[in-house]
Amino acid sequence: MSDVIAGTIPGELITITTDGATEPFWQAAKEGRLVALACGDCGHFRMPPTPFCPECQSTEKSWVELSGRATVYSFAVVHGFPGLPDITLVPAVVNLPDAGEARLVTNVIGIDPADAKIGMELTVDFVEIADGWKLPVFRAV
Amino acid sequence: MTNGLRDVAIVGVGATPYYRRGESAPQTNTELAGKAILAACEDAGISVKDIDGFAYYSGAGAGYGETMDTATFMETLGIPEVTFSAALTSGGGGSAGAIGLARAAIVSGDAKVVVTVMALQQEKQRLGSVFAAAAPSPLNSFLQPSGLSGPGHLMSVMARRHMHMYGTTRDAFAEIAISSRQNALNRPKAMQRKPMTKEDYFNARMIAEPLCLFDFCLETEGAVAVITMAADRAKDTKQKPVPVVAVAHGGTKDWGRAFGWFGMPDETFASSGHAPIAKRLYAQSGLTASDIDVALLYDHFTPMVVMQLEDYGFCAKGEGGAFVESGAIRYDGGSIPVNTHGGQLSEAYIIGMTHIKEAVEQMRGTAINQVKDAEFALATGGPAALPVSGLILGRDA
Repeated sequence: MSDVIAGTIPGELITITTDGATEPFWQAAKEGRLVALACGDCGHFRMPPTPFCPECQSTEKSWVELSGRATVYSFAVVHGFPGLPDITLVPAVVNLPDAGEARLVTNVIGIDPADAKIGMELTVDFVEIADGWKLPVFRAV
Repeated sequence: MTNGLRDVAIVGVGATPYYRRGESAPQTNTELAGKAILAACEDAGISVKDIDGFAYYSGAGAGYGETMDTATFMETLGIPEVTFSAALTSGGGGSAGAIGLARAAIVSGDAKVVVTVMALQQEKQRLGSVFAAAAPSPLNSFLQPSGLSGPGHLMSVMARRHMHMYGTTRDAFAEIAISSRQNALNRPKAMQRKPMTKEDYFNARMIAEPLCLFDFCLETEGAVAVITMAADRAKDTKQKPVPVVAVAHGGTKDWGRAFGWFGMPDETFASSGHAPIAKRLYAQSGLTASDIDVALLYDHFTPMVVMQLEDYGFCAKGEGGAFVESGAIRYDGGSIPVNTHGGQLSEAYIIGMTHIKEAVEQMRGTAINQVKDAEFALATGGPAALPVSGLILGRDA
């Protein structure tokens, strides 16, 4: 329909910060692994990672390596970003089939934005961002 | 059937002119807020020196990155003593609820004359890119890289889910934009007074599909202040007092940080987060949606009006699109006129305060687009991270 292919904000412009609860997610991504935080006591998944389990208030953490599969729950087709008026992005909220109710906010890349759909099956990929980190993003299966 | 709270009343409202982004300079936030406070005092027929309480929202922020400060207001306006100074947390979700904070101060005996004020300038940081500009916190690092750079971008994701679940179409969003514009046409202070056609709407630039330029509120500047007093004292002021019938702020964990985390369960994802507020307002007042005569719904983005109509029970969940397309929210002939002041989409965006001002004018019977014989007005705070809030005002008995 168009020759626009969705990507990400240029990696060098993407910065992240971490804290004690979130850093293992980014360390795993740096190694090309997608992980999610489960409670070390009751197993309840929560993302983004926070200090306490909302179900049992435990601070025990279990980082579970995921298959990398995801499903589009909802998405936008964004035209332009401050300083990048011509960029087209497909930011998406995705469900993670092997992480309970936890979701990620991410980008679907490598597709014509017109082909994006709720329910679309995805698999993880990683792009390099600032300061040596990597960002998990998703491609259509 | 209860009669509602009615222990406090709004006695004064005041506003500055409204300005396009960057055009209220060289006035400062303090100057804009001070002008609104003085105008509200003038409206109420009281001296600014009578103010002894400040009840803010948005953490006493003034727009994005600026703050409002009680001591500074006391110093420059000559307010001799303050016995209450507090703010609701988070952002624009608390606008309507700030009147409840004022009520808390008054009912507890902490203060007698409480002002709620918001001033907004967007020269340093505009609303439209507020999330892209913020340095990502560890939590925001799970949101910001996606390129959802402003609140409208974030809410486009919720709008699409609503469309997917319930068959809502862009025609519904168009109707909200067009109806709001229609209400702004005869208002001298409205920033947008040119009629909008459906063609205009569908020709507008797409910003974050499914939302286009006209689904986004205006980026304006200015200040609005509201003065609340005990109902028995309010009788001695200049205007007809407007009783607070119900007011609530808060929300439930399943809405939580809303589009800041996107972890809401399926039943609440495509909602406004206001259902628990609606329940409390109706319990306080003994009213139902069918008793509300005019609804001033926080309209930062058109889909959130659809979702509030559902959460406040004006129509069933999922039927908001068809409801607005039926003409139900029109000032002229609608069953529940919405945003008779043109809202944030067409009049001016002062982070929810214009909705309270319009609710007061409707209950005084002095609104420009007066709803005939209106007895109850609903005003809401922005669907956003908790707290969200709502307010029902009544007509003086």
